[in-house]
Amino acid sequence: MIDLSLIWIVIIALGVLIYVVLDGFDLGIGILFPFVEDRQERDVMMNTVAPVWDGNETWMVLGGAGLFAAFPLVYSTVLSALYMPITLMVIALIFRGVAFEFRFKANRTKKLWDQAFIWGSILASFLQGVILGAYIQGIETTNGVFTGGGLDWLSPFSLFTGLGVVVLYATLGCGWLIFKTAARVQDHMYRLMPKLMIALFVIFGAVSIYTPMVHEEIAQRWFSQPQIWYFSPVPILVILFTVLALRACKRRQEFTPFIYTLALVILAYTGFLISLWPNIIPPSVTIWQAAAPQSSQLFALIGALILIPIILFYTALSYWVFRDKVRIGDEGYH
Amino acid sequence: MDLGLTALELARIQFAFTVSFHIIFPAISIGLASFLAVLEWRWLKTNDPIYRDLFKFWVKIFALSFGMGVVSGVVMSYQFGTNWSEFSRIAGSVTGPLLTYEVLSAFFLEAGFLGIMLFGWGRVGPKTHFFATLMVAIGTCISMFWILSSNSWMQTPQGFTFENGIIVPTDWFAIVFNPSFQYRLAHMALAAFLVSGLLVAATAAWHLLKGRRDALVKKSFSMAMWMILALAPLQMFVGDLHGLNTLEHQPAKLAAIEGHWETNKDHGMPLYLFGIPDMEAEETKYAIGIPNLGSLIMTHTMDGEVKGLKEFAPEDRPNSTIVFWSFRIMVGMGVLMILLALFGLWLRKKGTFYDSKWLHKFALYMGPSGFIALLAGWFTTEVGRQPWIIYGVMRTKDALSPVSAEQVGLTLIIFVVVYCIVFGIGIFYMLKMMHKGPEFIYSIPHSDGEVIRASKRPMSTIDNDQQLDAPANEHQRNVPQSDEPKSNEENTK
Repeated sequence: MIDLSLIWIVIIALGVLIYVVLDGFDLGIGILFPFVEDRQERDVMMNTVAPVWDGNETWMVLGGAGLFAAFPLVYSTVLSALYMPITLMVIALIFRGVAFEFRFKANRTKKLWDQAFIWGSILASFLQGVILGAYIQGIETTNGVFTGGGLDWLSPFSLFTGLGVVVLYATLGCGWLIFKTAARVQDHMYRLMPKLMIALFVIFGAVSIYTPMVHEEIAQRWFSQPQIWYFSPVPILVILFTVLALRACKRRQEFTPFIYTLALVILAYTGFLISLWPNIIPPSVTIWQAAAPQSSQLFALIGALILIPIILFYTALSYWVFRDKVRIGDEGYH
Repeated sequence: MDLGLTALELARIQFAFTVSFHIIFPAISIGLASFLAVLEWRWLKTNDPIYRDLFKFWVKIFALSFGMGVVSGVVMSYQFGTNWSEFSRIAGSVTGPLLTYEVLSAFFLEAGFLGIMLFGWGRVGPKTHFFATLMVAIGTCISMFWILSSNSWMQTPQGFTFENGIIVPTDWFAIVFNPSFQYRLAHMALAAFLVSGLLVAATAAWHLLKGRRDALVKKSFSMAMWMILALAPLQMFVGDLHGLNTLEHQPAKLAAIEGHWETNKDHGMPLYLFGIPDMEAEETKYAIGIPNLGSLIMTHTMDGEVKGLKEFAPEDRPNSTIVFWSFRIMVGMGVLMILLALFGLWLRKKGTFYDSKWLHKFALYMGPSGFIALLAGWFTTEVGRQPWIIYGVMRTKDALSPVSAEQVGLTLIIFVVVYCIVFGIGIFYMLKMMHKGPEFIYSIPHSDGEVIRASKRPMSTIDNDQQLDAPANEHQRNVPQSDEPKSNEENTK
């Protein structure tokens, strides 16, 4: 029998990765807004993602819907355990999402919508990081129902991962802007990028040291023989890509800083998956224990296997149509 | 911050509040996306720039509404887990896959082509652009298909068994095409088209009242009024079929809608036009009704028997006071829509369609009627489903997350404040754009032999025309239209 749960976890994991990368750089643009004062330059930054942001955010909805379909137990327990951060995150996303439209409609209140875009992006990113941290820490369940407290998610660790995700998204956004802009905006981003890279490296390092220190199981997973040999390339590659990205910035390459940051994201994500596997509700519920009835997983899988390749195709098409660099004075439809 | 209410009550208020706000935007998007596809198709077909200008105008309102629909929709897609986790745990096996299909087949399609639709002019050819618009329009309809299938399944569930207290789907065809689905889908689709039709008509009417008589305004008004004429009566017909379906599958809901307490054994059931159903006293007070009309509508015979609310245990009854009135508001709006359409048709025949202040005022005031009817209708069907979340299978009170009233109360307050500010402002921008009205960018103001606007600037119509026509020229296809066109023009240089 085919292991449907395994296929679904691959799909959801890939969906979340795509989300982190795509919405990462467009949330990052909001985080980087305060570093650029000029109104027209801010327009340029926003217009690099205006045609694609809402497709990017759809990957997050897919992550949620995929869990709902294939692992309803995860959807119900994790979401009620992380009640406040998730609700506040979607509210932050409201402010930032409408800013795309409202900013161009407003006259006097344009500055206000800049702030909505900035704080919406920062808060949404931060809370995604908090959610990540709280998830790694584990969620208390009894017979499939969340039995922890309403503030279990709040810890120094989760606040720190929150900060980490803000920096991560800012770095992605910075790489994206180097690729998509020219002139002053690009210069500015070239100057910011190394600082962000180093901050990111420090944060990755801290999380990687802290997590196994606190979680016995995760330490076991990483440091026992023979796993340590399989997994040891992960930190080595992180160092390598950080150095490469810094060098690429120095040489003023346009595309590679973004690509190396992307590689870092994928590595960090791999580390995250290694730490959790095969649990889906840490610390103890596995993907098979949380699985939906087979008929649900199969029905949804048919749609996913047919539609996801088509989605990837037209998403790529859309990025191709808007492949040019964005410059001051380029027109939207507004 | 429990506001003196239980977590269950607060969660229900929160769901009602967020979904009511949300539904407004998809309803506009569904209707306008198809309208835009029609406009662009007409433009490609006839090359008449009027259609292109109308497209340029309505696409802005569409984009605003779509953006608000997306962000308020993300809230919905997570609320099942945050507030209603027991529902998700037990019924996620059915509603989860349906939502996944909606995301995969609709959300991505809309979002993927929206960029090209909004920003793609000049980057892709007109045909490709039309294709993008069409995909967005189709996406909105596919989205409606899945979400209504899911909602209808909660109203008329079938195709599943229970295993270890979890719902296990056994027949997906039966689940997707459950007994009330086709009626609900048709009813909602027509409602969305009517919402937009009334919105377009009211906008045009506003400009007609202000004295504009140019082709852009007249075309909008005419197209919208034809659509209302075609769809409003059809909606009444579909609504009747939907009602009969409800009688068959959810008799308690229907009895509550009619304020009908005692089963009528030996006489016809009246249709109450007025009344205040009292849940405690188990009667409809101050009732004014038309004898036998209830039976006639419900059973298509003069004294057909219809089950009364007293046949159901008190804990299984939906709140008749609410649904009695929400239903009447919806039907009342529908009747007014039909009257508007017929009045318009009559004046069209008479030749005063574009000059009757009465018609234009009527159309203007009817602008929000689509939304009112839509919300009233949803309140009827959702409140009427209570006390069940899945009709006859799972009670709403058993669906709640293990969260405290404080948490739900706090987020409810945040939602109310944020929605009122953010969407209030969004709606204000929409009204502002409608107030400004469609502009001549590619077309010239004096088609149809009228020069109302141009005559206000008597200097030279020709100069004006050339200026206005210029953007059709390849070099300047991107016309600056933002709030500060001046600075934009400087930039392009």
